[in-house]
Amino acid sequence: MVSAIQQKMKDSFVENVNEEYLTDCMRCGFCLSACPTYLATNNDETHSPRGRIALMKAMRDGDVVWDGSVEDSFDMCLGCRACEPACPAGVQYGALIEETRIAIQQVKPKKFVEKTARKAAFDGIFADQKKMAGTVKLIQFYQKSGLQKATRKIGFLDLFPPFMKEMEGVLPAVEKKKKREKKRGNPSKTATTKVAFFTGCLMDTLFQETNRKTIEMLEWLGAEVTIPKEQQCCGALHGHSGELDKGVRNAKANIDAFDSDDYDYIVNNAGGCGAFLSEYEKHLQADSEYAEKAARFSRKMTDISSLFVKLGLNARLKELESEEAGIVTYQDSCHLRNVNKVFLEPRSLLEDAPGFEYKELIDAESCCGSAGIYNLLQPEMARRILDSKMKGVKELQPAKVVTSNPGCLMQMQVGIQREGLEKEMQAVHIVDFLHEAIHKKQKQG
Amino acid sequence: MELEATKPFLSIVGEANTKHSQAQLLAYSYDATANFQAKPDLVLSPSSTEEIADIVKLCEKSQIPIISRGSGTNLAAGTVPTQGGVVILFNNMKKILELDEENLTVTVQPGVITQDLCLFVEKHGLFYPPDPSSMKISTIGGNVSENSGGLRGLKYGVTKDYVKAMTVVMPNGEIMKLGGKLAKDVAGYDLLSLMVGAEGTLGIITEITLKLIPLPAIKKTGIAYFNSLEDAAKTVSAIIANKIIPVTLEFMDKGTIHAVEDFMSIGLPRDAEAMLLMEQDGTEEQVARDIQTMIGIAEQQGATSAILATSEKQAEELKTGRRVALSALSRKRPTTILEDATVPRSQIATMVKAIQEIAAKYNVQINTFGHAGDGNLHPTCLTDARDKEEMERVEHALDEIFHTAIELGGTITGEHGVGEMKSPYLEWKLGTAGIDLMKHIKQAVDPLNIMNPGKVFAKETKKRLVVHSG
Ligand SMILES: Cc1cc2nc3c(=O)[nH]c(=O)nc-3n(C[C@H](O)[C@H](O)[C@H](O)COP(=O)(O)OP(=O)(O)OC[C@H]3O[C@@H](n4cnc5c(N)ncnc54)[C@H](O)[C@@H]3O)c2cc1C
Ligand code: SF4
Ligand code: SF4
Repeated sequence: MVSAIQQKMKDSFVENVNEEYLTDCMRCGFCLSACPTYLATNNDETHSPRGRIALMKAMRDGDVVWDGSVEDSFDMCLGCRACEPACPAGVQYGALIEETRIAIQQVKPKKFVEKTARKAAFDGIFADQKKMAGTVKLIQFYQKSGLQKATRKIGFLDLFPPFMKEMEGVLPAVEKKKKREKKRGNPSKTATTKVAFFTGCLMDTLFQETNRKTIEMLEWLGAEVTIPKEQQCCGALHGHSGELDKGVRNAKANIDAFDSDDYDYIVNNAGGCGAFLSEYEKHLQADSEYAEKAARFSRKMTDISSLFVKLGLNARLKELESEEAGIVTYQDSCHLRNVNKVFLEPRSLLEDAPGFEYKELIDAESCCGSAGIYNLLQPEMARRILDSKMKGVKELQPAKVVTSNPGCLMQMQVGIQREGLEKEMQAVHIVDFLHEAIHKKQKQG
Repeated sequence: MELEATKPFLSIVGEANTKHSQAQLLAYSYDATANFQAKPDLVLSPSSTEEIADIVKLCEKSQIPIISRGSGTNLAAGTVPTQGGVVILFNNMKKILELDEENLTVTVQPGVITQDLCLFVEKHGLFYPPDPSSMKISTIGGNVSENSGGLRGLKYGVTKDYVKAMTVVMPNGEIMKLGGKLAKDVAGYDLLSLMVGAEGTLGIITEITLKLIPLPAIKKTGIAYFNSLEDAAKTVSAIIANKIIPVTLEFMDKGTIHAVEDFMSIGLPRDAEAMLLMEQDGTEEQVARDIQTMIGIAEQQGATSAILATSEKQAEELKTGRRVALSALSRKRPTTILEDATVPRSQIATMVKAIQEIAAKYNVQINTFGHAGDGNLHPTCLTDARDKEEMERVEHALDEIFHTAIELGGTITGEHGVGEMKSPYLEWKLGTAGIDLMKHIKQAVDPLNIMNPGKVFAKETKKRLVVHSG
């Protein structure tokens, strides 16, 4: 009855999924209302944190055998980790789903579509900055050459899943490399805070402009910014898809690249990367060579909003005056909020931004459906989640929807375009938003 | 269930509202009760009373068990399908149907979440007091079927005090309406009350009309810390003896304080042995007076600190802290078994002391919190179900706690219900005559025993402990 692969899967769960973490869950259900997939499925317990934990345990205990329905429940999880802060029992859901994905990955090679998407995303693009840069060159060429217009016209992209197509529509215009390189590393003589910048592979390629502005802002606030050369992709996408070993390899490379007493902070401007970076410590705590270095790395790690606040940006913003510019709102980056517990800092900056009125978005704390490459793998669920998110946006009518992560940024822009609202509002990265607020003022003054 | 057998159900609710995959059945195999799990055969999400009636008729014909399930947060294994069967969900029946501001009632479908209802009526200046700690997730259908209490029970009573009318699908598929928006009604036996707290064993509730009251003008929260559990318990009795009926009088011991602080980091003192949360509502003048008196009484009884919450935000944090107590405690050990022993208020200090002694006697870890003002304590055993020897000691300890509660004029469950978990103890409280009467009622209403079978009635009553004092 139980096939060989099913038996292997059970063994893999026993080997990889920590029983103690599972028994931490007392099934109270307090996490249910925090889970976007539970809500998007009209309260289907199969797609809830409590249900998924029960399924992990049942896989281990042999109460269910591996089949499509079990797989579906785990695949559908966004990995947003909103269930963690909601759980009074302190269940480490993030660790559990990571372990579950390792257990599955070891036995069952992924489906073709996912394999292709993952292969392109991981091995081709994310693992290697050079390759990523190559991809960006392609995009640049594509945008410049008029090909973008052309392919849109002839519907070349219709051949791809609809979500890919929408994503293509919101790709940022990529800045030329020279321009931003000139701006790099302009050490200020009076700098008291020394900052090492983790550029992030997506941020350093598709979102170069945002990175350039990040550096400009930090320097404007009196920090000295360094960009360690040997840095790699953070490894989060690998870690979240059952390839933690690959993620850990990147972690070690980054720890080495940033291991210097010269830096007070290591800063990142992508929420998804930041959480994984801050968890290097956890992943390497048993590694005799790296444990201490990893702890030092994670301790210094900070997100850009928190660092801006520490460097006194709020006061500087308050000094500025500007004409009324409408409503600004904020969509949390899941991992920045749920893992690093940072949600007040970005809001405080937006509240102090000149000209704008900050208003809270309904359910700002719940995932937008981007979730790494989830929107490519689970377009249907991602769409449902984004649709309900957009209801809140439409009610609020903001001029700017600010985010702290490139994935969220593109997802929110997809949402805006899908609703046909791109004339009225725009999704922007918090750094770009703040940079503009300051820049505009300086031009006027 | 064989695919063939599911077809007639499918044609009632439609494929989209049917769950029968392996993962889905597993996801409806448990509730918040430790150590109980069993898969149903089918899970259905009907959209109307009529659909439910059709489902029940089908089940009656083939004698298939029916398990009504709200959010599955009950703590007595009330929704675990231990005999298989069909689980009925109310996720398609969660509308607030009518707010009647002239009669001060609200009519809802059973799937409405308790907190959503509270917030909805408060927007209209009205108040629905029953607020179980699980209100963020529990459903009104579940609350009514368990007759749930909450943090506001001392002053405002429990769910049954607010149920005015309901629609029920009976075990033969008949649709029955009970009660009405009336202030008074003595026509016949009080069947409405019979359905409240019936735990899904007598029928399926498909619509509920609840009583509302005007929202009090203000509320204020006080907090007191103690060096001993008894000082806290004595404070509770003294407050009530002083003719003050506060909204809330909640209790947490040291272990609970630690667990909550670990989760929330709201600055609860880790050296306190016990704390009391006191809330009063009403008019400004009366609230100020009552809170001051309560703080004074706490100080007299030896509180190390007794103060007013500094802000609404702090008051909310403290109440949330109390609400998450059970789940937070569960972080300490793999298995959490919680009890619901309730005694007359005057006996609360005696009961608290007895629980401590029982824990020491059997060498088990018990932390206690609860609705002290209601005499309703939740001694919670932190253990590991995989350790047989320890579990045996836990069982003895729990038996003795039940026994002590009854000796003090109390009961085995104040608000969580009997379900399957406490059914072996029910006779201790009711006696044979009581159990027999209940059996006759069940037999008359549900002769085929298809409504949540195995719940409330035990196959066998647990042997009553004989405790020799001294
Ligand atoms: C952390 C935590 C704290 C809690 N705090 C409290 C508290 O302070 N006070 C308190 O009283 N309880 C408390 N409980 C217990 C529980 O939350 C309550 O019993 C609650 O009312 C259950 O609601 P539910 O929607 O989850 O119902 P479920 O657990 O799904 O069902 C409960 C019972 O009602 C029956 N039922 C549900 N809907 C219907 C219907 N429409 N028709 C017929 N029968 C139905 C079920 O068959 C079952 O027997 C707590 C539980 C947890 C986990
Ligand atoms: S994960 Fe936490 S909140 Fe969710 S059911 Fe388990 S213990 Fe409760
Ligand atoms: S990580 Fe997000 S989607 Fe997954 S169970 Fe937790 S809350 Fe739900």
